[in-house]
Amino acid sequence: MKRKFPAIRALACTAVLFLLPLGALASGEKEGKLVHVADTRHLSGFNLYIADLYNTNRLLFTLECIAITALMGLFLGLLMDWIVGAIGLDLSKHEGQE
Amino acid sequence: MHEWLTITLPISGVSINPLLLVLLGIAVGVLGGFFGMGGAWMVTPALNIFGFPMPFAVGTDLCHMAGKSIISTRRHAKFGNVDAKLGLAMLAFDVVGIECGARLVMYLERLGLAGPVIRWVYVIFLFLIGLLVFYDFFKKRSLEKSAAANGSVPGGSAVRWHETLHKIKIPPIVRFNVAQVECSLWLPAGVGFLVGFLAGLLGIGGGLLMMPALVYMIGCPTYVAVGTDLFTVMLAGFYGAFTYGMKGRIELLAVIIMLLGAAPGAQVGTIATKYIRGYGIRLMFGCTVFFAMISVILKQLQMNTAASWVVMTAVSAMTLVVIVGMIKGAARELRARRALR
Repeated sequence: MKRKFPAIRALACTAVLFLLPLGALASGEKEGKLVHVADTRHLSGFNLYIADLYNTNRLLFTLECIAITALMGLFLGLLMDWIVGAIGLDLSKHEGQE
Repeated sequence: MHEWLTITLPISGVSINPLLLVLLGIAVGVLGGFFGMGGAWMVTPALNIFGFPMPFAVGTDLCHMAGKSIISTRRHAKFGNVDAKLGLAMLAFDVVGIECGARLVMYLERLGLAGPVIRWVYVIFLFLIGLLVFYDFFKKRSLEKSAAANGSVPGGSAVRWHETLHKIKIPPIVRFNVAQVECSLWLPAGVGFLVGFLAGLLGIGGGLLMMPALVYMIGCPTYVAVGTDLFTVMLAGFYGAFTYGMKGRIELLAVIIMLLGAAPGAQVGTIATKYIRGYGIRLMFGCTVFFAMISVILKQLQMNTAASWVVMTAVSAMTLVVIVGMIKGAARELRARRALR
């Protein structure tokens, strides 16, 4: 099927493509507040790795944050269980009353 | 503050003493494990005082909340206090409620009413929750006194709204074994939606609302309410970590340092529930809710520094009370064991 007014359609699409980001920028916060870049100049080791990841691959940064948080939660939970168990407290039951 | 005690965080560039983060982690771990909440109302203003920009304070708090809740939820699950089925039933509708609440916020924002309306609704709800908890506590005490005079023992909560709500018999009727509750699935779904709606409207995690909702509307024992609430907080925390991570507002190093404090804190808070009566937890929860309310009123009056200090003082005092309660209970248990040998 032959489309009507192809030139007008193309112009409208181009206008929308340009105007949408402009509209978003105009209505939102200032660019400086929305985009944050980590300063890696004085960093080294783990901090440099995390800051680089933050600047270059946001999805991987997010997934690593979640994975590290979950693994730390599990590891520290097990460690604390072991320490509290070593003190001699019974962690197998809860006899609390209302 | 000495420079050698200060580190600069790699992403936000905030310079901070890591000991402050560890102490904050301990406090929020203790109270989160004890009351069954994420503690966003405590951590976010504290991180803000420490110099974090607000979006980083919220994102870092949510990510740390997920890790801390794993520790507390594991411990409560081992105590048999987590009803995962109930938590998931509520969480599904909680998410829908959050979205509806957030949309109402957008609508109020277009009308230019968002700030004041949200803060005052928050104050009213905190006041009502605090009032309900105190009413329940004192009614229970008077019931216990009169029962003691008659030689009988009163059971369950003094406020029994859940009994009326359990009369709703719209199928499917579901049994939640850990919570020992049998009701229409629409009850936890409706309560989850309501809590989510308020959380989305008020911009809070929801633990502050979920715990009393589980006790008074679903009819959970206090300990199961705390454990189940933590389970939902954990899942919500991971979702929050994902969305704030994608927006680049998580300071991972701060999360790791706070977790080092939150781990022993969560353990202490969770174990303290073993030694403190359910109604003791409810009373302390009521006090916490009133402190949160005072801080919101001060914020509404533009007294932000005073509001943050109210939160910090309340958190320190409550943490101390829980730690002392845990140590006393643990000492009692160890003495009793030695006497048995």
